[in-house]
Amino acid sequence: MKPRILEIRQGVLEKNDALARQLRQRFLDARVFVVNIVSSPGSGKTTFLERTLRELIARGHRVAALVGDLETDNDSQRLRASGAPVRQIRTAGNCHLEAHMVETYLQDLDLSGVEFLFIENVGNLVCPSSYDLGESLRVVMLSVTEGEDKPRKYPPIFNSSDLAVITKIDLAEAVEFDRAAALASIEAVRPGLPVLEVSGKTGQGMEAWIDLLIERRRQFLGEAERLMQR
Amino acid sequence: MMLYNKVLVGSSWEYCIAMHELSIAYNLVEIADAAARKAGAARVNAVFLRVGVLSGVVTDALLFGYDIAARGTLLEGSRLEIEEVPLTLYCPRCDAVSELPGVGALLCPLCGLPTGDIRRGKELEVISVEIEDETEDS
Repeated sequence: MKPRILEIRQGVLEKNDALARQLRQRFLDARVFVVNIVSSPGSGKTTFLERTLRELIARGHRVAALVGDLETDNDSQRLRASGAPVRQIRTAGNCHLEAHMVETYLQDLDLSGVEFLFIENVGNLVCPSSYDLGESLRVVMLSVTEGEDKPRKYPPIFNSSDLAVITKIDLAEAVEFDRAAALASIEAVRPGLPVLEVSGKTGQGMEAWIDLLIERRRQFLGEAERLMQR
Repeated sequence: MMLYNKVLVGSSWEYCIAMHELSIAYNLVEIADAAARKAGAARVNAVFLRVGVLSGVVTDALLFGYDIAARGTLLEGSRLEIEEVPLTLYCPRCDAVSELPGVGALLCPLCGLPTGDIRRGKELEVISVEIEDETEDS
């Protein structure tokens, strides 16, 4: 019989996207502000997150974290020292987190009363850009020890993020970090993207970051209330 | 097979990129296979896919992973036809939609204004499949 064309018109990642939408609704209902943190390996995600958890706890907020890692649980052990509940997502070779992994590992994480949930993605600037995890804020990190033109090399992840954080700013001088070039590079692939500069080690810039988180969560709660009243 | 060789001997970075496109390939094979079965097809000759330049998918690696993902499905031995979608931006100053030659700088090509208002270029979509209902003549 003659071959025929069958129309499909479906997103390849529709399954992940549909689950991410469900998760987003669940987070909204529970009033949990979810932050997905993405970067290259070694850009300082864990140090930055460790400090973030400590500072939010110190300001009286309830926090939790899910940490993606290919094989080890070193990162989650470090984060657990902050006192926050932390679950490790071992991806067994998978280079990014997907919505179904978040859903699975949430099962044994008590979200009641949690105000901020951080998801530390697998260190990788390519794959995580395609997978929505139901987060409210996607943060892409770039350390001063990486090339200033990295955003131009990985446009999809910078373009899909809501905020860029330049880390290890305490090393900027030592590595002759070209700040203007890095900012221009970010602006080129995502015009208007807000950028923060921090050091997870010295604490420089952390206050502005914590303030931003609290402000974004406030907006998120406002949005949740509006949706409830509909 | 080649992918496996590459995976086993390549760097972790190559491994990762291959894994990413392989998982995308599995997703698209699953969608196309299910639709073809539902339509009563005996086999799939081709899958037509639309991939935006900002979708984060490397088409060469995807073609590579496709043959592996298609094994044991109605898509085995079929071809993957990829339509690349260029980046298209809306410029509020020109009130115009323009196509860009690359993804390295999101500037209106008419006036140079930076604009993040993306209209096309993020697609990752199965458009259609070419199916055969019978295999008698083969």
